Amino acid sequence: MDLYEYQAKDLFAKHGVPTQSGIVVTTAQAAKEAAATIGTTVVVKAQVKTGGRGKAGGVKLAATPDEAFEKANGILGLDIKGHIVGKVLVTEASDIEEEYYVSFLLDRANRTYLAMASVEGGMEIEQLAVERPEALAKVPVDALIGVTPEKAAEISDAAGFATDIRPQVIDILQKMWVVFTEEDATLVEINPLVKDPSGKILALDGKVSLDENAGFRHPDHEALVDNTQTDPLELAAKEKDLNYVKLDGEVGVIGNGAGLVMSTLDVVAYAGEEFGGVKPANFLDIGGGASAQVMADGLEIILGDPSVKSVFVNVFGGITACDEVANGIVQAIELIGQHGKAIDKPLVVRLDGNNADLGRTILTDANLSVVTLEDTMDGAARRAAELAAAAK
Amino acid sequence: MAIFLNENSKILVQGITGSEGTKHTRRMVASGTNIVAGVTPGKGGQDVDGIPVFNSVGEAVAATGADVCVVFVPPKFTKGAVVESVDAGVPLVVVITEGVPIKDTAEFFQYAENSGTTRVIGPNCPGLISPGKSNAGIIPGDITKAGRIGLVSKSGTLTYQMMYELRDLGFSSCVGIGGDPVIGTTHIDALKAFEADPETDAIVMIGEIGGDAEERAAAFIKDNVTKPVVGYVAGFTAPEGKTMGHAGAIVSGSSGTAQAKKEALEAVGVKVGKTPSETARLMREIIEAL
Repeated sequence: MDLYEYQAKDLFAKHGVPTQSGIVVTTAQAAKEAAATIGTTVVVKAQVKTGGRGKAGGVKLAATPDEAFEKANGILGLDIKGHIVGKVLVTEASDIEEEYYVSFLLDRANRTYLAMASVEGGMEIEQLAVERPEALAKVPVDALIGVTPEKAAEISDAAGFATDIRPQVIDILQKMWVVFTEEDATLVEINPLVKDPSGKILALDGKVSLDENAGFRHPDHEALVDNTQTDPLELAAKEKDLNYVKLDGEVGVIGNGAGLVMSTLDVVAYAGEEFGGVKPANFLDIGGGASAQVMADGLEIILGDPSVKSVFVNVFGGITACDEVANGIVQAIELIGQHGKAIDKPLVVRLDGNNADLGRTILTDANLSVVTLEDTMDGAARRAAELAAAAK
Repeated sequence: MAIFLNENSKILVQGITGSEGTKHTRRMVASGTNIVAGVTPGKGGQDVDGIPVFNSVGEAVAATGADVCVVFVPPKFTKGAVVESVDAGVPLVVVITEGVPIKDTAEFFQYAENSGTTRVIGPNCPGLISPGKSNAGIIPGDITKAGRIGLVSKSGTLTYQMMYELRDLGFSSCVGIGGDPVIGTTHIDALKAFEADPETDAIVMIGEIGGDAEERAAAFIKDNVTKPVVGYVAGFTAPEGKTMGHAGAIVSGSSGTAQAKKEALEAVGVKVGKTPSETARLMREIIEAL
């Protein structure tokens, strides 16, 4: 889960990383009041979970409360790379002498952690990594040892922080590591870390991603979830514990297993090329279990998407036997019927693996007019794409 | 031979008295696996279908000589379970559990590395099977028979699908390495083992979006693998920034795309199928030409 800047800064403050917290508001009037409270020139910053806010006009200076009103008014509602700004952070404007970059992240390839640091901060780090890789220090961090004072010094020295600020940087690196481990983060980034005219080092911006698998250790993280930007269908799916991602096509997809569902999306898209560019409408993994209830929940979510024109149910019976899946489909259709909804979109079903023949027999015997059985994944994808194209 | 797991493997199930642990223990036994022990703290002295249950991995290993642990314990206790297996000197630990915090995995992986004795497979994986010999995990034992193809995959159901497509040819070993961001055994580890395995003639490698494991595997293949490799990558249509089911399956910016992985594999001579069925066909052609 990615956090907003203000949430990241709250975690920094909690663990002693020097930062400027500011005031989060959702209206221009509140921004004006916040600026008056702060009492200096302020920065009004869009709170969105994407980079490039400055370039998109999402970060503005305001010398007076009235100006803060005006700037906030312009930023709230702005579309930054598909993220609509619903909140702005109003903070005291800092005089900046120098800008730096520091982060801790997961190093998937080496299955450990990595510290990255540079005394050339302020720019997009991806750009720095490409254009001036020698200016970006990368130091591996052992998961069991962590960031000791010696390791923090090694990181600071690898990046070339000047002697006068080195002690502050070493201290900040250790506190960032506490944020990283105690909050179960997969990314803690400060960009920029700045030096103000008095020589004090502080975090002017922050990015934190939290590991949702560690949620059981952090009941407080629940409060950081913001569903205002979540697609309503994804939200409904989440409430039913379904692994669903909304896409922009016409063929609804249900399958078991993340890899198989991803593969199904691809196969549908290839098949769709033949029918005027029909595409998958969603990712939905119902997992190994695939009970009738889960199948019904999944079908209901997918049929609730008005852009869906046909549905492809792709199941490989591994742990779950296909006869159970077939019974699940039959019961799901009944359950949805009991909810007063009729299924008016064609379902193409492919069952393979454990008890596939029995599963097909159950579906054939149930004589459901909306269900078409296909023998192969490729054939079923083609049929679903064809049906979606016909209904477009 | 086969890799990591063979007819001599003695398997211990951690979490054997839980519903999943018991269910899959029975399935493993049904596919001919030698399960010698189970471990559930506080339930030592009991048995599951005659398989003795111990309080700790140390006791179980001392009594039975178990050399493979299959872990079914809940996420909260997974790190402790793996550490216990490493401390008991178990050479192979297969972690089926889904939803393990990344920090815990990074720590138990490092702990296993430091031990120098233990290989970890998973977490969030279906385990591995050497058909006709042994089955450690949740892969259905009856999809295919013993043969000479090696399979390594991030995805469970795509593993089953590929085993099914090539069921008449059979497999030496099929290894599900899991879809988490941090995993104990990588594509490269499995490729290295298949290259060295005299019972494997050719290798199918299944990847998916996220990270750069496939790109690294491609570089490894170029320099170290002489056996033919066929690849498949899932997730060409996955949008940027969305996690597709597996915690590790996410395209971040321009990195981790299926296209980049396919190109990296093709650049080193790996034939990459567009679909699972095409991938199976490519492998069939290779086996028939051998």
